[in-house]
Parts: sequence; C-alpha cells; structure tokens
Amino acid sequence: MDNQRVRERENQCIQEQPPKCTAACPIHVDARGMIKCIRNQDFTAAFAIFNRFVPLPRIISRICDHPCQPECKRNEIGGAIQINALERACVDYSTKRSGGATFSSRKSARIAVVGGGLSGLTATIDLITKGYRVVLFEAGSQLAGRLRELGEEILPQQWIDEDLAVLENALVNVRLNTRVGGHPQTGSSLSAIVEEFDAVYLGVGPSGAASLGRDLALRDDGRIAIEELTFATSNPKVFAGGSQRYGSAAYSPITSVHDGRYAVLSIERFLQKASLSAHRDQQGPFKTRLFTSLKGIAPEAALPPAQPQNGYTREEAIVEAKRCLHCECLECVKVCEYLAHYKSYPKRYIRELYNNYCIVLGNHLANRMMNSCALCGLCGAVCPEKLNMGEDCLEARQGMVEKGKMPPSVHEFALRDMAFSTSEHFSLARHQPGHEMSSHVFFPGCQLSASSPGHVFQIYEHLQQSIEGGVGLILGCCGAPAEWAGRKEIFGDAIGLVRQQWEELRSPRIITACSSCYRMFKDHAPAMPVESLWTVLDRVGLPSSAAPASSALIAIHDPCSTRYETNIQDAVRRLLNKLGVQVSELRDNRSLTTCCGYGGHMAFANPEVAEKVVQRRIHDGEADYLTYCAMCRDNFAARGKRTLHLLDLIRASGSGDAAERRGPGYSQRHENRARLRNKMLKDLWGETVAEREGYEPVKLRISSDVQALMDKRLILEEDLRAVIHYAETTNTKLLNRQTGHFMAHHKPAAVTYWVEYSRDGDEFVVHNAYSHRMEVQEGAQS
Amino acid sequence: MSQEQNASAESTLICLQCDLPLEMGKVNVAYLGSMFPVNLLRCPKCGQTFIPEDLALGKMAEVEKILEDK
Repeated sequence: MDNQRVRERENQCIQEQPPKCTAACPIHVDARGMIKCIRNQDFTAAFAIFNRFVPLPRIISRICDHPCQPECKRNEIGGAIQINALERACVDYSTKRSGGATFSSRKSARIAVVGGGLSGLTATIDLITKGYRVVLFEAGSQLAGRLRELGEEILPQQWIDEDLAVLENALVNVRLNTRVGGHPQTGSSLSAIVEEFDAVYLGVGPSGAASLGRDLALRDDGRIAIEELTFATSNPKVFAGGSQRYGSAAYSPITSVHDGRYAVLSIERFLQKASLSAHRDQQGPFKTRLFTSLKGIAPEAALPPAQPQNGYTREEAIVEAKRCLHCECLECVKVCEYLAHYKSYPKRYIRELYNNYCIVLGNHLANRMMNSCALCGLCGAVCPEKLNMGEDCLEARQGMVEKGKMPPSVHEFALRDMAFSTSEHFSLARHQPGHEMSSHVFFPGCQLSASSPGHVFQIYEHLQQSIEGGVGLILGCCGAPAEWAGRKEIFGDAIGLVRQQWEELRSPRIITACSSCYRMFKDHAPAMPVESLWTVLDRVGLPSSAAPASSALIAIHDPCSTRYETNIQDAVRRLLNKLGVQVSELRDNRSLTTCCGYGGHMAFANPEVAEKVVQRRIHDGEADYLTYCAMCRDNFAARGKRTLHLLDLIRASGSGDAAERRGPGYSQRHENRARLRNKMLKDLWGETVAEREGYEPVKLRISSDVQALMDKRLILEEDLRAVIHYAETTNTKLLNRQTGHFMAHHKPAAVTYWVEYSRDGDEFVVHNAYSHRMEVQEGAQS
Repeated sequence: MSQEQNASAESTLICLQCDLPLEMGKVNVAYLGSMFPVNLLRCPKCGQTFIPEDLALGKMAEVEKILEDK
C-alpha cells in the first residue's frame, strides 16, 4: 500500500464529488447543504451556508442568473429545484443578518480595486476578509450604480445597502467620482495607481476599457486582453474581470462574482510569488462525476410561489426544499450491509485502511473493518466507477500479515479448517479406478465434501460414466481461506499442492463443484484449465437418476464467486429447466448477487455484520432458494430459510426434506471429509484405510445444545478429545465437588481449551466448553 | 484485569494431581508480549490454575481483542 495508489483508489469513489448544482455554479455554492437546512426549517443556518459562498447574498439572491438550475438532477424527474428562489427565502427568513464571516489578520499589502460593480465589490469583500487593505475607486457617485437601476421590485435599494454595510464596517477607503484613466482632474491614471499599490483589480464594466488603452494591451474589439484562467492582463500587477472580460451580450451576475473572487486568488498568488495557473482545474463551472440514482423516486413538479413578487413563504420554501434529491451516490452502501454498518463510504474507508496500515504507535482502529468485508465484489458491480473495495480490504489484510500485525484470532479457525483439508485426513489425488490417464479431474472442494459427501460420491460416479478418457479425483482445498486471510504464503502452498497433484495426474482439465475453487484456480493458476461442474453437466447430461422436481417455485441465489460467470449462471438455469424446475429470479441476481455471510471470513471477524448480510439475503425472496454453493446453502438453511443445493435435485435420492436440512457443525464437517476420503479409497480403489490414531478413540457424548455452543465458540470435537486425552493421561484436572464434574484444560497450539466433563462408562459426557488465547503462567510459584 | 472468586468456589475445586483445594493467588497471564498479574484460583502446590467461563469469555476476550489491535 502506498500513498499514491491510495489516493487513486480514493479518487475512484465519487461520493464526495459535488452535486450538479454546485458544479455548475461558477462559485460552487453548496446549494444541497443550504436546502437541507431549509428542509429542517432552519433558515438561519441555510443563510449562513449561502453567505459563506456568496459575498453579496441579498443582491445575488434576487438577481442571480442561476446556471445551477438547468443542471439540477430533479430536471429529469419533475423539474429543477427553484434554487434561486430558495436563496431568497434564506435571506428573507434568516434571523441573523450576516453569515458570520471571519476576517484574517491585517496584511501590509495595499490593493486597488477599480469599479464598484459586482466583480469589484466581490474582489473588495474577499480582499478585506483576507486582511488586505483596499482602496475602492468608483467613477460614479455611488457604489453598485448599475444594480440600483434594476428597480425596487427586482432589487430593493435597502438590500443593496445592507450588503454594502460590510464595507463601512471594515472601513474600506471608497473613492467615489474617481474615474481611473479618466480626466486628470477627476481621476487618476492607471500607471499612477499601479505605482502606488501592490496590485490592482479592474472591474470596470463592459465599456470601461477605452481610457485604459495606453496602459494595457487590448483585444481587437477594444476590451482589455484578459487571461481566462488567471484574469491576468499585460501588466503583471493588474488583473481584470467581470463583464469587461465576458462582454455585455450575456450579463451574468454570478459570473461577475466569480471573476472578482478568482482574480483575488491570482492577486494573492502574485503577492506570494506563487504560480498563477497551478491547481485551478476546478475553478468555475465544471462537470461533476457524482452519480445519483433516480430509482424509486416519484416525479414531482416545482412549487411556484403563490405571490411571485414576494417570493416563497416559509412554508412554501420548506415544501420546495423537500423536493431536493440531496444528490449523492452511495450505490455500494445501499446494497451492502457491511459498508452500511460502518456508516461511511469507500473513499473514507480506504483512507482508514491506509492509516491502519501505517500507524506505528496506538491502536489499529480499522482491523475489524478490514476483516469484516466479504470480498464479494458487489460494491464494484454497482459502482459507477467500478471501485471494488474488497480489493483494498484484501490488500490491507496482506499488508497487516506482512507487518506481523494481523490479529491472530480472526482467521485462525478457518486456517485450521483449511489445514485439515490439505492434510492426509482429506487430501487425495488419483486417476479414475482402472485408468492410468485422466482427461479430466474432479475437484469437489472442501465445503461440499463437508456438507454433502454423498452428493460428491454420486456425482463423481456420474462424471466417470459420462466423460471419455478417465476422470481423476483430487480431494483438498483450493486455498481460498488463506487468500481471504491475506496469507499469501499459505495460499501459495495450498494452490501449489493442487498444482503438483494436477501435474502428477498429467495436467487434466479440472472440474470444480465449488465456484470459489473455480475462481481461485482461474485467477491464481491460469495454467490449470478449469471448468465448472455445472457447465460440464449441461454438456454431458444429468444422471438418469435425476428426478423431476416438484412443481413448487424456487428462486435462484447465485453464489457471489460466480458474479461475472454468465456461462455458469446460464448452465445452472438450463439444468434446472431440464429438471423441470419452475424458477423465479431474485431481483439481485447474477452480477448483482450478494454474499451469503460466509465470504472473506466475515462471520469470524464480525458475526453481527455477517448476520445482517445473511438476513437481508434470505428475505429477498419468499420462494425456497436454490443455490450451487454448499456454504451458501448451509448458511441460509441454518437460519430456517428453505434452501436446496443444485445437487440435492440432481441426486434426489437423499432421505427427508433436503431444503430443511441443517448443515453439519464444524466438527462434523471434518468428520465428513475424512469419511468421504476413506469411503472413496475403499469403494473405488479397494484400498484399506488405517484408523486414525492418538486421542481420537476418546469417545464423547455431546448434547445438541453443547454442540451448538461449541460451533458458536469455534471449538471442535477434536479439541475436546485433545483436552480430555491430556487430562486423563496426566491426571491434570480439577474436580468440582459440588457437581462431580471434571474441569480440564489444554493448549495444543495457540488456544487454551477448557472442558467440563464427567464419565459414563467408556464415554466422556461434555457439559461445557470454552476457550481463551491469553496464556496463563501456571506451575508452582513461591 | 482482576478476578475475585466467591468463597464457595474456593473450597469446591480440587486439584486432582495434588488432592488440594484451589486457593486464590496471584497468577501472571500474558498475550502478545503483554503480561498482567491476576487473582485466580490455583493449586497451592502445583500451580494448576482455573479460568472460569465468564472470565475467559468476558474480560479476557476483551483484553485479547485490545492487544490484538495494538
């Protein structure tokens, strides 16, 4: 993770891009924020926001040419928000007369502003706010002369005077009746002013350039030659703008304000000897990248004021403000419980991940956030800019592992589970019985083997019968848990083991039953050709035993690892069609499918978020679900959502209601894998399998309640056996005289397990089990 | 982190190796390089120490989490 890449990633998130109204406004008024305050009936706060951007709020609220409104997103759905009318309402109903601008400390530089129109007044106010000393030259007898000609109905004189009060309060030196470049008796020459002041701003109106020609370069049409971006003229100390720059044809008050404001920026840079042109790409109106969905929003027309000459009443303004869409993106946050849980959005999260990675002293505050992501890619699928925050979470995990700062407890259980699957208890690679070559090899994966070992056995038989050239078998783990844990090395070992077995079988085409395995091989071992079991079955046909399904409607849940695998998704739908199943589609299917709550180990890192994810998904549809990932099926079924695995339909010989079946607990998952391996070896290859040794003969009796508790606490039967074996062989145990139960503990590796048990014949009855990671320094002490 | 056991637990648990009831005593618990002295029930002879369920799942888990995020 480096800062530049983090910036690029942050920049991909558009949530902080301005709404279209703000981007279209030459001075970027936060209309969204202002309108939000009006919605909340706080006109004073709304006015403060308006005044923060607009130096002459009363004038602008009456005469702004509001380029924001044609751009308003509401235009697409009922008509633009009447932003300018709402600005006027802010002025009318604010209980404070000023937005509370603060003035910087006084600076020594003296600036001359020529012209008391909108651009000159804006420049003057901005300069005094920044602490400069200003002398304002006006050719006429009063400031804002042209504005005063608009008439009381459009712009009352009183309002102009109120806006100009700030000049009096700041003791600005105003020289009326002083034409710069005019007659020597009534004015001053520009060169004299340039000589006297540190910098000059000219806001001389559309026709005020004629007398300045001997001091400044003019354009062919007689106006001052002004640089568009910086407002520089041919004299480095002189800047100019307003209608003198953009011409009299299209008078735009807000553009005049813009010119005054950004000319002041140039004056400051000039005085500081900084670059005039750097970092000005978002000056003035620009195109925002913000995306705002209009999904589910009803069209609603703008509210005209009942008495247009008076503007909106308070109540009318509030009604109109409520039409504002409050434009923002949050497309990913809307669809992801994980992103919503942390109450922000990817731009902020990515920065938090980076800070979490960089911090040397103090707490790693984003560890849990980093580990709670399902890595399912849904955010990237819905993002207008295709930002997949899972990639950042994964990279952050890898970074923390490399620094030795990954919290040990989060992924350890899943990694232990994986270690079991890559060990001799489950790992196996063989050609098809009676074959010395394999055109294909079946890789059922660890979770289907754990959840439905019978399905694996049967579908493997079918593949052998249906495919020419021999179908080998590899039992093992693709390494996904290590990948999700950010453990590159362990992942490399796991996928390396599969590659080695595949090479020993002379590189057959791999058929995966699990879409996570499919993804891992496709993304990380491109040399190994891989195909999904579902496209294979679509091609070679279903087993003859596949029973036609009942007529009940089922809804398909596509596993998140198939998000962009349309060929797999299509094959599954064709198989269901062949099986005669009546299928309905969930609204969020295929590329918009969600995680089941298991992905990325979110359930281990953050059970609360994982529960929200799975609950949301199981309530997306009323029909029974059908999926083609064993973990998705077991996760849904565990919450009482009737869910079938596609192989439940294809096999259709299991007893009981397959949709009701609860998946096995963690201990049973190990047992099922080991038994599947042994059964395969015995039944297909005629090999005898040695019994497992060590403490495994310890016979346990565990009630379903305790079993459930153990699953929740991530404790396996083999852990309990290890404790009891140790306690019984060393007599290291405690007796509770009240209950007659033994309490024993043992720490086989990182975790200390405690078991409360009693003995009944040759069985050990388990009453309770818990664990901790803190190490207790036992042994005799003085 | 401190853990006071109630008096009845003190006489209830017997270390079967030493055939002695556990007694309250100071024991060090450590995790990820940090160590804390805690009052726990332990065998006065061999030092076998009892960690009750509520301590393991409560305060201990909390401290583990804090230390893991250091």
